[in-house]
Amino acid sequence: MEYFFRTSRLTVGYNGKPLIKDIEIRLQKGQILTLIGPNGSGKSTILKSITKYLKSICGTVYIDNRSIDDMNDRDMSYQVSVVLTERLRTELMTCEDIVATGRYPYTGMLGILSRRDKVQVRKAMELVNAWELKERDFTQISDGQRQRILLARAICQEPQIIVLDEPTSFLDIRFKLELLGILATMAKEHGITVIMSLHELEMAQKVSDLVMCVKGETITHFGSPREIFQKELIGELYELVNGSYNPLFGSFEMERPKGDAKVFVIAGGGTGVAQYRVLQKKRIPFVAGILHENDVDYQIASDLASEVVVEKGFQRIGENTYQKALQRLKSCDTVINCLTSYGEMNEKNKELLETASAQGLNILETADAL
Amino acid sequence: MGIPNEAARRHLRYCITIALLLILLVGLFLLNIGLGSVTVAIGDIGKILLGQGENLTDHDIIWKIRLPRMMAGILLGGALALSGFLLQTYFNNPIAGPYVLGISSGAKLVVALVMVIALGRYYTVSSAVLISAAFVGAMITMGFVLLVARVVQRSSMLIVSGVMIGYICSAITDFIITFADETSIVNLHNWSNGTFSATSWEDVRVMAVVVVITSFIVFLMSKPISAYQFGESYAQNMGVNIRLFRVLLVLLSSVLCAGVTAFAGPISFVGIAVPHLVKSLLGTAKPLIVIPACFCGGAIFCLGCDLIARTAFAPLELSISSVTAVFGAPVVIGMMLRKKERA
Repeated sequence: MEYFFRTSRLTVGYNGKPLIKDIEIRLQKGQILTLIGPNGSGKSTILKSITKYLKSICGTVYIDNRSIDDMNDRDMSYQVSVVLTERLRTELMTCEDIVATGRYPYTGMLGILSRRDKVQVRKAMELVNAWELKERDFTQISDGQRQRILLARAICQEPQIIVLDEPTSFLDIRFKLELLGILATMAKEHGITVIMSLHELEMAQKVSDLVMCVKGETITHFGSPREIFQKELIGELYELVNGSYNPLFGSFEMERPKGDAKVFVIAGGGTGVAQYRVLQKKRIPFVAGILHENDVDYQIASDLASEVVVEKGFQRIGENTYQKALQRLKSCDTVINCLTSYGEMNEKNKELLETASAQGLNILETADAL
Repeated sequence: MGIPNEAARRHLRYCITIALLLILLVGLFLLNIGLGSVTVAIGDIGKILLGQGENLTDHDIIWKIRLPRMMAGILLGGALALSGFLLQTYFNNPIAGPYVLGISSGAKLVVALVMVIALGRYYTVSSAVLISAAFVGAMITMGFVLLVARVVQRSSMLIVSGVMIGYICSAITDFIITFADETSIVNLHNWSNGTFSATSWEDVRVMAVVVVITSFIVFLMSKPISAYQFGESYAQNMGVNIRLFRVLLVLLSSVLCAGVTAFAGPISFVGIAVPHLVKSLLGTAKPLIVIPACFCGGAIFCLGCDLIARTAFAPLELSISSVTAVFGAPVVIGMMLRKKERA
């Protein structure tokens, strides 16, 4: 298979000291590759090496079957443009001036912009919804606006590949979504290949075609988001000990409360999530039940509860499961009931509650009073 | 606020600034010719310049003393301002300049050394030798400053070490002058404080060649300079060969600074104050326009300061560096205060 961008046995590092070895990237035109991994794992080092800013220690990077070692700075500038984390130092520059620097490889000896250059600048700025910022001083705009301007600058360089180092850091959620949306459009509609590092895993999961996990000396994994975003894999990658990752939502939960559970939460259909979180914040260990496997409550409970009494999805709660729940309930002193109505599938929960009541357990509707 | 309006407004500002600078330059040119221990009327100036003057003394004063001196002011002032602009770009530090980084003093030291040795044996030193000596001195101190810059990250420390290097070089120069021959002392003493006086047409010719060629090369480099202003990694991504560019920048700023020091001695603050003033006037830092404006501004600044140096306490003459410091230092202080305010 033909790949537009690939690396072969690429080893990167600083001052001749290898940091990450044997990096093998394979990308087709218009794909989005995201590098994830803990802080200081070397994501930026890889990005700097594939843009040729950092000399790679060994191995080769190929763009369109040409080794970047055979390209001079000018050739590279037609292929790759960058959005870096380092603060752009500017003096008395308007946003339009900044974007226009993307035309650098195309202008003549004195760098005077042609009509076509100006059109490209405008197009790029409009693409990132920043045309109205054109007269503003670059140092006086917000982080979100600045990042959009830098992206416009990269776009107007008309590259084949855009490399971005943590482009969404410091942006509020709206700008994060907007920025990644623009990148996705660039990739799908304009065939631009995007290589970036992200800290926001939930975003990486949604925007990437391929994901590379960088940690320490090697690339631990390289694959599609579906392969990469697994509970255990992410947990290992980031060494999560006081929290957990939920691949279904792409979200993280805090560490589950430790200790002997004395609280039983009856819930289902999303009614329990809020109570689980309250209990987690109060560091009160709890048992969750009886939940169906396909219930959203189950997803959260399995990360936060000490124990979950669970029934298979789409099935009436069976006698066995009920007995198990009952056993567990009897060792508790408090029951929080989140349910207000019961259906055929979960009518056993009503029974459970009645038993608890008959046993004289403390029955509450919320965990607030605990 | 449409685009054409805004762009036109900016262009207008560039044009007005350039026009203003040119008017100032011409005005100071005339003042410099006319004023002095002998005052020449405006009408006579024109005649003398066109070679129609009847007064031979005036003719000699203007052609042999004031004109070459002014040419030196224009050329060297422009060179200083450009040298400062290049160094500020290189170190990404608004108060970098040939004087504060000690490069002027380094050039001065080697020139003084060469002068003392050469004058002791041959009585004269050619301009080319002086410039070469100054260039060697500038490169040596520049090398030292670059070493320091590699070790210390803080830009304030860079300036402090530059000032220190400057003091050391000045001290050694004073030492050399103290032990030099009687005859050469007078000249050296004036020169080592900075002055445009006693410039000959021969000197002007040499400095014109050096300064004009170098400045033109600097102007041609305005595109990579504009890329470099953003920082190295972005510049490289725009296709600039960073290594080559850095070497060129160091060489060019050293040549400019050497040219100035060889003829006029070390002159302070022009290199910092002028680029800053010019950028504020233009409202932009685009090298394409800032470079020519800087040259013009440096020329104006030096012509003005030289006029004051010559006439303020005539017949006594001040060293040009004292005058540039009086006008330049407040600009630098003001600049730093404004920076602080924004940060």
